[in-house]
Amino acid sequence: MTTLPRRAVLAAAGALALPAIARAQGAARLVVVGGGFGGASAASFARRRFPWLDVTLVEPQRAFVTCPYGNLVLAGERRIEQITHSYEGLRARGVRVVHDRALAVDPAARTVRLAGGDTLSYDRVILSPGIALRWGAIQGYDEAAAARMPHAWLPGDGTQTRTLRRMLEEMPDGGVVGIAIPDNPFRCPPGPYERISMIAHYLKRHKPRSKILALDAKEGFSKQPLFQDGWRALYGEMIEWVPASRDGKVTRVDPAGMVLETEFGTRHRVAVANVIPPQRAADIAAPFAAANGWVDVDPTTFEARLAPGVHVVGDANNGAPMPKSGYVANSTAKQAVASAAALLRGEAPPEPVYFNTCYSHVGQDYAISVVGVFRVGPRGIAEVPGAGGVSPRGDLPEQRRLEALHADSWYDSITRDMFA
Amino acid sequence: MLKPPLLGFAFAALAALPSAAQAPLAAEGCLGCHGPRGGGQGGIAALAGRDADELAAIMRAFRANERPGTIMGRIARGYTDAEIAAVAAHFAALR
Repeated sequence: MTTLPRRAVLAAAGALALPAIARAQGAARLVVVGGGFGGASAASFARRRFPWLDVTLVEPQRAFVTCPYGNLVLAGERRIEQITHSYEGLRARGVRVVHDRALAVDPAARTVRLAGGDTLSYDRVILSPGIALRWGAIQGYDEAAAARMPHAWLPGDGTQTRTLRRMLEEMPDGGVVGIAIPDNPFRCPPGPYERISMIAHYLKRHKPRSKILALDAKEGFSKQPLFQDGWRALYGEMIEWVPASRDGKVTRVDPAGMVLETEFGTRHRVAVANVIPPQRAADIAAPFAAANGWVDVDPTTFEARLAPGVHVVGDANNGAPMPKSGYVANSTAKQAVASAAALLRGEAPPEPVYFNTCYSHVGQDYAISVVGVFRVGPRGIAEVPGAGGVSPRGDLPEQRRLEALHADSWYDSITRDMFA
Repeated sequence: MLKPPLLGFAFAALAALPSAAQAPLAAEGCLGCHGPRGGGQGGIAALAGRDADELAAIMRAFRANERPGTIMGRIARGYTDAEIAAVAAHFAALR
């Protein structure tokens, strides 16, 4: 660690009345809450880029199960162990990893209170807590219902994904898999449609008389033409997608009867139900959230509008037009860390550029992508015109094959960036 | 006594010392696919240690839609010339 002669620090701090600088040269304390795509990226990047930061990561889980590639677990193409990552790599980088649950942030006192009783003091805090599910937003869908109608949208320790996988394995051929999909915004916009694809991939090989009934609360979705091209080409009539205007919005569930009920009263009885409910920022960030449930942030520093000094990255913020994706969480976490470090030194935050790349597997050797490059303009975050966009349409087997290969490499790269 | 701007510079320089290779943040965006330090991953090309002019020329060709690729054209069109130069120089300096 670089240190400045102590006398110089004291002189500087005294003369300029900038205590933050003095702390920065000793060990400015960065506390990161949440060990997923945003939090692990922030903690790793902070140690790599700003070794003078003292970094503590608070995360209740002993290992992280990724949402990305969870759909391949459902398809039987991955085991859950292959998408589970330990925090030992971050420890080796010098991150203090505390396995506890953060209960509350006090922006005035600059402390984070933990469920285990400890209170952590910070100079800057980065919250990347992810999402909470809005239990009850769909009538009858609560935590008990989720055991019978798994969401598999918060990976937790993997239980939800394992449950949905087991139900698919136990379903007889000819069954209907019902999937309830929420309105925007929600975690991973293309995720439900990759899930439809991967379940179809499994059913086609093992239960080819089965159907997928996708009930959607909206009119359109991410990469829609590309997904639907792929579904027709690979799975024929197996998938039925129902938009809101054709009564696709699920408003009530009956877990005992395995019924998904839609807005206009249609009751769909299904063999397996995957209910992805509406979402909001996770509890720790909720005090800083706007009325819509997501945290409005400064587009450059990612400090919460309601709590300067508290940076909120990942799915919990309102980052539109950027999607709630792992890549965006990684990209914005680095900008938030760089901004926090700059502000601790009394400097201006760096000028940001944000990246997103989201691959979706549609079938064997068949993946599609959406890319975005974003900058901060006069009206906040905006996509760079002319850049980004989705994969080309058409009969392009080599493009689809390469994107499937690159998707696998993306997964390995980004998880190494976070955890290695 | 140091004036504040100089002091700020001195602090920044000292704080930056331990990691010699300070990637521009734009280069951080590459790592999510090209691997830590741009070392390559699976079917995705390595960037580290390649000639800076070659890397910049490749990026400009992607941007001009003159080089086939899956997603790099879409990404390169979001970069400025200055960012392409900085990112290329950064990866060229890595081994």
